[in-house]
Order: sequence, then C-alpha cells, then structure tokens
Amino acid sequence: MKYVNQPIRKSDAMALVTGKPVYTDDLAPKDCLIVKILRSPHANAWIEDIKTGTAASVGGVACVFTYKDVPQKRFTLAGQTYPELSPYDRLILDRHLRFVGDAVAIVAGETEAAVDKALKRIKVKYRVEEPVLDIHKAKDNEILVHPEDNWIANVPVGADNHRNLCASHSEEHGDVEKLLSECKYTVDHVYHTKANQQAMMETFRSYCFKDHFGRLNVVSSTQIPFHVRRILGNALDIPSSRIRVIKPRIGGGFGAKQTAVSDVYPAFVTWKTGRPSKLVYSRYESQICSSPRHEMEIRVRAGADENGIVRVLDMYSLSNTGAYGEHGPTTVGLSGHKSIPLYRHLEAYRFTYDVVYTNVQAAGAYRGYGATQGIFAVESAVDELAAKMGMDPVKIRELNLPLEGGPLPGYPDSPYATSCAIDQCMARAKEMMNWDAKYPCRDMGNGKVRGVGASLAMQGSSIAGVDVGGADLKLNEDGSYTLGLGCTDMGTGCDTIMAQIAADCLETQMDNIVVFGVDTDISPYDSGSYASATTYTTGMAVVQACEALRQKICALGAKMLDTEPEKVDFDGTYVSSEDRRVSLKEIAIKGTCGNNQELQVTRTHSSPISPPPFMVGMAEVEIDKETGSVKVIDYVAVVDCGTPINPNLARVQTEGGIVQGIGMALSEDIQYSDKGAIRNNSFMQYKIPTRMDIGDIRVDFRCSYEQSGPFGAKSVGELVIDTPCPAIANAVYNAVGVRVRKLPITPEKIAMGILEKEAGEVPERN
Amino acid sequence: MNISFWLNGVCIRGEAEPDTLLLDFLREKGCYSVKRGCETANCGLCTVLMDGKPVLSCSVLAVRAEGRRIITLEGMQKEAEEFGSFLADEGAEQCGFCNPGFIMNVFAMLNEMDEPTEEQIREYLAGNLCRCSGFVGQTRSILKFLQYKKAQKEAGQV
Amino acid sequence: MLKIKNYVKVKSVAEAYELNQKRTACVLGGMVWLKMGNRNVSTAIDLSGLGLDAIKETEEEFVIGCMTTLRDLEMHPALDAFSHGAIRESLRHIVGVQFRNCATVGGSIYGRYGFSDVLTMFLAMDTWVELYQGGRISLAEFAVMKKDNDILEHIIVKKTPVFCAYLSQRNTETDFPVLTCAASLVGEEARTVIGARPGRAVIVEDANGILQGFKEMTNKQRAAAIQSFAEYASQNVPVGGNMRASAQYRALLVKILTRRAWEAVGGMKNEY
Repeated sequence: MKYVNQPIRKSDAMALVTGKPVYTDDLAPKDCLIVKILRSPHANAWIEDIKTGTAASVGGVACVFTYKDVPQKRFTLAGQTYPELSPYDRLILDRHLRFVGDAVAIVAGETEAAVDKALKRIKVKYRVEEPVLDIHKAKDNEILVHPEDNWIANVPVGADNHRNLCASHSEEHGDVEKLLSECKYTVDHVYHTKANQQAMMETFRSYCFKDHFGRLNVVSSTQIPFHVRRILGNALDIPSSRIRVIKPRIGGGFGAKQTAVSDVYPAFVTWKTGRPSKLVYSRYESQICSSPRHEMEIRVRAGADENGIVRVLDMYSLSNTGAYGEHGPTTVGLSGHKSIPLYRHLEAYRFTYDVVYTNVQAAGAYRGYGATQGIFAVESAVDELAAKMGMDPVKIRELNLPLEGGPLPGYPDSPYATSCAIDQCMARAKEMMNWDAKYPCRDMGNGKVRGVGASLAMQGSSIAGVDVGGADLKLNEDGSYTLGLGCTDMGTGCDTIMAQIAADCLETQMDNIVVFGVDTDISPYDSGSYASATTYTTGMAVVQACEALRQKICALGAKMLDTEPEKVDFDGTYVSSEDRRVSLKEIAIKGTCGNNQELQVTRTHSSPISPPPFMVGMAEVEIDKETGSVKVIDYVAVVDCGTPINPNLARVQTEGGIVQGIGMALSEDIQYSDKGAIRNNSFMQYKIPTRMDIGDIRVDFRCSYEQSGPFGAKSVGELVIDTPCPAIANAVYNAVGVRVRKLPITPEKIAMGILEKEAGEVPERN
Repeated sequence: MNISFWLNGVCIRGEAEPDTLLLDFLREKGCYSVKRGCETANCGLCTVLMDGKPVLSCSVLAVRAEGRRIITLEGMQKEAEEFGSFLADEGAEQCGFCNPGFIMNVFAMLNEMDEPTEEQIREYLAGNLCRCSGFVGQTRSILKFLQYKKAQKEAGQV
Repeated sequence: MLKIKNYVKVKSVAEAYELNQKRTACVLGGMVWLKMGNRNVSTAIDLSGLGLDAIKETEEEFVIGCMTTLRDLEMHPALDAFSHGAIRESLRHIVGVQFRNCATVGGSIYGRYGFSDVLTMFLAMDTWVELYQGGRISLAEFAVMKKDNDILEHIIVKKTPVFCAYLSQRNTETDFPVLTCAASLVGEEARTVIGARPGRAVIVEDANGILQGFKEMTNKQRAAAIQSFAEYASQNVPVGGNMRASAQYRALLVKILTRRAWEAVGGMKNEY
C-alpha cells in the first residue's frame, strides 16, 4: 500500500490556499439575475392580500412571484433517498407563513439595488395568528402548524399533521420498569440541547441557467446533488430529466447543505424567466431560515447494580422540527440508537420519541444528526449515576463499554460490534489525560479549579441498506484513469481519499488518476455526502470498480498476448504472462483502436450494516469559582474510525468536530423573542468559538479493522462532534459540583449554581 | 464616483457608488479570493491589506481606498503557495473558504512580528473564523512555517 | 443595508460641521458599526483627510485624533506605559486585529455604546473630548450628553498620574462584554467605572467615601475598604439583563470585578 493510511495532501489544496475562484459565487455568470426573498415578520400568519404591482415596475426588476404563482404540490427539501422519511409539507411559496423568516415572495432583478427597492414596495396584509412556540405544548395543540389537506407523509413514521406530530414512535426490549425497580442506583433527569447552527463559512447559494436544450442547470453549494435534482423536479412540478445539478467546491456543509435550503428560489426564477439567476444567502438568512440542529429535550432514566453494571436505560426524546419536517423523523432516531448501544450489559431499554412541529425555523441535518443530542443526555446521566454510586466515571464506562464481537443493544443496523477498539481508546485517553491524577479536580489556589470529564461516543457508517455509493472508472488513451464520483467533497477531502483508494487498488500513482465530480448528468449515482457514508460506502464502490477494471485490463492484455485472462497478472504497469508482457499504455491505446471491449466500469455499493466508529473524549476545564468563567484548557480524543485512509484528514476532522462541539457546549446559544424571532441572527450574536476560546486539542487513534469497509475503514466525520457536550458538562460537575443539563454551559449558570450550592440549594441548572 | 488606487501593485481606476464596499469592488475587479462570510465584521474572510495593514474589506468603503495600496491574495501568489503548502500538509485548509482572509492576516502578523508565540498567534488571528479545522491545524502550520523560515534565514547567514 | 447618497471627504472640520447639520448626514468613523444598520445617509462625511488619525504626546497630555484606530491606540507604547497596560487590555478582546484596524476611537467614544470597552477605559482616566463647537469638555460630561450634530475632533488624556486596572467578563473571548470594570487612582481620586451593564458605562459615585485616601491606606485597610466598596457598588450600580446575562448575574459581577480591579490597583493581586 502506498497511499492508503498516508497523510496525503488534498488534491485541490493548492487551489484553495491560493484563493482560486472555485466556489459557486466565483463561477456565476456576471449577467445573473439577483434573487432575493421577502421574509415573514410573523411566526404564524396568513397572507390576506399581497400587492406586487409597484414592485414589479421598478427598473431592472425581472419578476416578482408570490404564492399565487407556484405549483401547489407539496415536497420536502430534505436530502434523503426516495421515498423520503421527511413529510412533504412545503410549497415554494405558501399563503400560510409558519415562522419568522418564512418566504413570502421572490424578487429577481438585474441589480441588488433594484431588487432591494422592489422588496420594499411589496405590500402584504397579514392575518396574524397565535404561534405554537413551546415544544411541550405543541403535540395536540389546537393551533396547527400544518392544517392543510395536501400534507403528505410518504412513509409511516407516526406523523400526524392534525396533532402537530412529524414523527412518533416507541420501542422496548425487556421489562424496563421492573429493572428500574430492581436497580440499586437509578437516575431520572431531563437534558436539553438547542437548535445550533452549522455556521459553515460559505452560506447557502446556487446559480441557475437554461442550456441549449432548454434544461435547467443548477450549480449549487450542496452535499446532495442527486437529491437536489429530484427535489427541484418535485418543487417545480417538472420531470427531473429536465434538471442537471453541478457541485463545485463547497465552503463547508456539516449537514446544513443536506437540505436544499435555497436552491428552489433561483431554480424557479430561471425556469420561469429563462434567464440565469443566482441567490446567495446572507449570514442573517443562514441564521434565521436554514436547517439547524433539532432542539431536543431528552429524559433519561438509568439504573445500575451495586457493581456498576448499567442494566437498564429508558429514553424519551422530544424533538423540535420547527415549521417544516426536514430530517425530523430520522434525526430523532439516532438520539437513542447511537447512545443506548454504548452500554453492552443492558437487559432492558426503551426508546420513545415525539417530533413536534412548532412555529420556529425548521431544523435539518447537523453533524451528529441526533446522536449528539442523545449522547449528551445519556453520557451526562451515566455520570450522574456514577456520582450516586461514588464510582469513578471512567470506571463505570470501562465496565460497560462495547467490545469487539459483543452486543450493541438497541442498534438494529449492526446488532453486534463487527469492529471495535473503544476499550483501547479509553485506556489511551486515560493515559493521555493523566486521568487518575486529575480526577475529579484540582484547586489551583488562585480562585480557579480544574476538573476533568469523560464521554463515550459512537456514530454509524452510512444508513444501512439505504445509502448508495457510486464510482465510475475508465482507462484513458494515455494510460491515466478518470474516476467519476457522485459523493460530494465539501472540504473534507473525499475526492482525495477516493483517489488514494483507487491508486492503491490499481497500483498506480495518485497523479495518474483524474477525479471528477459532481455532475448529475455524468457522475454515477451517489446518495451524496452525509450520514458518515462517503469513505465507507463510496470507498467500497471505488474498490469494486478498480477490481472490475483490472479484470477488463487483464482481458484485453491477455488478448493482446494471445492468451487467456486467467493466465495473466497485472502489476499496475504491465499485464504479463510468463515471459511476455504488454504495458498499460499499450493496452490503453489498444482500447481506442479497433476495440470492442470497453475499458470503463461503474460500480455501485450499499452496505447492509452500519458499523459504528467509536471514540472517547476527555475534557479538562478551568473554572473561575467566582465568575463562573469556564475554559476547556485541554481536550483529549482517541478515535476508532477503522483504518484512517488519510490520517491528516481524519485528525483535522476530529479537531474541527471537537471545536464545534465545544461551541455547542459553551457558547452557541439560540434565543427567541416572545414573538418567536431568533435573536442570534448574526456572528455578532451567535458565538462560535474563535481560536482564543480553545486550549489544547490532542487527538490519537486506536484503530480496529472493519471488514466491510474499504481497507478496513469506517467513518469519522460526525462521530467527532459527539463527546464535547457531555465531557465538558461532566468536567464542570467534577470541578465545582454544578450539574448543567441545559446547553450551553454559560459562566452565569456555573456561577449561580455555585452560589446556590453554597446556600444549600440543589446545585442543578436547567 | 471615480476612484483609483493601487491594487496588487497596479494602479487601477473604476466607478464606485458612495456606498460600494471595498469587498464588492474587489470581487468586481476579479479578486475572487476576497470572500464574504458575514455582515457584522466578525469572520475575517474579507481581510485585505490596506497600506500594509490588515483590514476588513466589508467595512471599508471603496471610495476610501482612493490613493491607497490594496493587496489581496491575488497579489501574493508566491507567498500564498509557500505558506499554503504548510497548511495543506496539515490538511488544515479543509473547505478553503476562510483560507484567503486567514492567510492575508498571517502575512500581516509576520510583518509585525518575527517570531510570534502560540499565544500571540491566537490573539492576532482571533478575528479569523474557521468552522472546519478547529484552528489547531492552522496553528501547527504556522509554527512549522516559522521554523522553516528560521532555518532558511540561518542557512542564508552561514 | 446602509445606503449612502453622497460621500464627501472634507477639507476642514468646519466643512464637516456644516454638512453635519442635516439630520440625515453622518460622520464616518471606521464603518464597522455604521454599516450594520439599515440607515439611509444623505451625506457621508469622511474626516480621514484631516490628519486626525494620530496620537500626539505633550508634557501635559495625550491628544488622540478621532480617526485614530483602536489598533493604533492598542499599540501605542507611551499610552500603554501610562495606563500600565490597561488600555491594551481594554482593546484586545474587541473582535480581531482587522476589526480594530478599522474601528476608530472617535466612533467608539462618539457612539457612547453601552457595550463599549473604550468608553469604560477612558472614563477611568482624566479624559476630555474636544468638540468643534462645544470645545473641551470632560468625557464624563460628554458620556451623559445626548447625541448632537457637533464634530468630535480629539480625545485628550491628561497626564494626571493614574494607577489603573481594567477587567471585563465575556462569554467568549471576543464577544461583547457581559460587564466591564475599570478601577483607577486619578491623582488622589479613586474612580470606578462600570460598563456593559448593559447600559452605558458609568462612574460609580463613592458617596460614602469608602475608598477615600486609598493611596495612604495600609494593605489591611485597603482590603476592608475594597470589600466594602465592592458590596456598595453591587448594590448601587444599576444593571439589567440582556441576551448575554441576567441582571442578577451582572450584580454579582459588579461586586467581583470591582473588588478584583481594586486589588490589582492596590498591588494586592493582579492575577485575574
């Protein structure tokens, strides 16, 4: 192996670091119409009347569209395999406005100034109704977010629009209540995470034009080109064959772009006017009308015996999908399915959930996809259990964590751990953190105290039996290869990773492989890059495509050598049989002349299982006992992602995920006004971490080998955001005895918690 | 309004409205490395050098550039390749969208400080957000670049 | 979005003053705040051609031009020495270097923003402002004045000896402060300034003279006075709640930061 498991530089790196124009807005034609959206100031309102005449007459304005102009078939913006589990609950523009920021009208014009002027001239009369803003009161509320008759749930997920339910379900194994009553130690608490923003640096954007066949071409900063093709077909009510989607370089996604947040608007404009158009979301729009993490409130009941064996877990997740249901029925599942299996001795478990509609910004996919929320709850609860038992929280985990070949309770996508080194991860993390010396805390003697906290985490690798990876491989005339991909590199480096895999499979140099993607007209079908699927699923498609192409190369080589294909070997450069050989270049040329055997293959791969990657995260925090100021001074992460195809990229994924997790844990707050408007509508008010906010982050790997993945690989991208929230909450508790169950953990919550504790009140902050 | 200033060493002229922001003017002139990541002067993606100092081009009126020397990453391609290769060797360029503003500010920092400490690096670059890398890979790349520069300098002196 | 109809780079302060008499006119500072608003400006007045971007030092005072950037202020060695590092500390958390290379001290002081670190800091020194029409008035007076159409030309810091400490509490390192606090001995006067309450910074009146004669106190006396003044400040400084913190937490911070800042001035602790 020459490239796999090597820290290879990303193939597009030098273009990126020298600032080349490779992103959507850099490539958009100069004559694009500028598209902007008029947004609802109300959380729940109906358009009584809308006047656009004076707006349309502004010089340079090409069109103004309202709900009267759009198709009346509902669709979802969720990037999921058909039939989507997300309900069809949207129109491009609707008379019913369901959150502050919902789209009221579309304006397109030749200049931004003209469009801005027109937006101001649209006169709307709203009938304002009371919104549903409290997640606890949403289910069976008489106010309905989706009262309409043409609301559709394609798949039975327990959804009912007349109950404000986007999904609802319960599953149980064993007798939970009986076990809870038997356990010597039990806890029962509620944990709350917020609707965090992915905050990728490049906001949502796309441009559109019609080609010489009159087809709609969409260049989009998206993670899901093939789904966008279908979504736009549904939204515009035209055949998807009329649509082509191209993905250039993307300025980050983290799941945000697994929803077609903004594509429908310019697509509609170009389809209707025939003119090229573009829409670039402002940061403000990206904060108030996009696809953030599902807010969840999770009740955990857990029980353990006197030896520290966790025997029973009971979870109820209440998830807030907001005004629309993108990813609502699916994210919530991971809150249980990726947290319960971390405890292998469970004799009984129950996982129940409701996903409710409310009149706030719709949620979507964000790295971790529900697992982050569930793991925060379970890993906090287990620490609370350990505290009750007087047991070291690392010890309780060592007693219960999954083992290779052992069970993963409540994880139908891989009922046992086909590959798992989390025990080694724990041992290594403990050593790196010097846990035994530092647990629970050290008073620094200057008013500051340092505490440590730990957390386990797992994720999946692809959606079992659903996700499809595609690879199209051909040998070119000059002996080079072209690898066509449908997965979407969003900075993560999958274009490079696939080339590494192909280079080793084909025994060639990486620069002999041209990677191409993504263009839905040309690229092989791929679900897209999400669900921690790309390396694991598409990587296998690449392996299989290489094997198949090698056979074709051997067949043609054998023919040229006048022998049978079984009798030749291919070493990447020559096909040889005994003492005779023919070079790859000669075969390649032969392939272009008088040849009836294509030197091109397409392979599609889907995995029936979703083997989890695992990790252990440990945080050391320093807290000012008076002000409550908290800083993560050291973070240790030990990851089992199977074989890291590119250790550099796996490491940076881990570091980046941890810092996002630190932001979620400590500073990224979402607050609403009484009327339901998001107040954290900019980077001034929504505080993602800066480099001054973080301390050391130290990453190491302990790798198992996953037989079903390429070269033993599993996934890494999502897993790494899951440990900071619980590890930091646990570290704060170990430092000052204050348990914060509602994120973020602000200095105020800590300081007030310390005061309450000193006053003898219950030291809990919700 | 007519304006003229030095853009990457070349005197350019152009038309700008009184409220045209330098960021938009520069992109109009083909400097696509200059990105917009927010509207509140928080992200640092639009960082360019104005008379040698790093500024946020989202907060500078184009008309205020009159007669000044503006440098974008397009004007520092060799330097970008040199430093950028260290960033790339960490895999820390990731999506790349914040890279140009970040790299411009790294150059500004190195103009002011020969051997910044890790703490000084964090403070100087605090206004450059990055959502992919978690920053630590960026810091590693700077420290390694400084070592390389130092070695180069010492080799030159021997 | 900010819309500007006319832009005038003025030749004199007099011209700026004339233009600024229209309600829709606006003097440009560093633009970082201005551009976030949804304002329609008829005439944007640019003072940047008037040489007001320099810090001049004389025997008696520092004369700081209104167009001086926060970064130049931060990097000024004499001011740094004079304030014992407090000025630099008050500035270094403001977003980032590029931001501070844009933002001007005139814009910060003229704006009299509630969140202002700069206003808190300068109120803790013997600071005056020089207005084109209004002439020289103390910053304390200016800070409570309503905004008018005058032009702020200079900020003057008199070299009345100060011992000064600046502290702020923030939810993240470069966020707006949850509370700011500056403690200083200005000549014989013990002055405490609290800002980001979240309202505009105020000088805490020591009505009971708790800190009177602070310089002459023994360490023991100082410790007692500081404790008692911190309590007093916590009870008397009006605080409120906003997105970043509640009034209750701010009241707690007033006590803690006031105590710590005075401990630092008194040379008892400077570790915070």
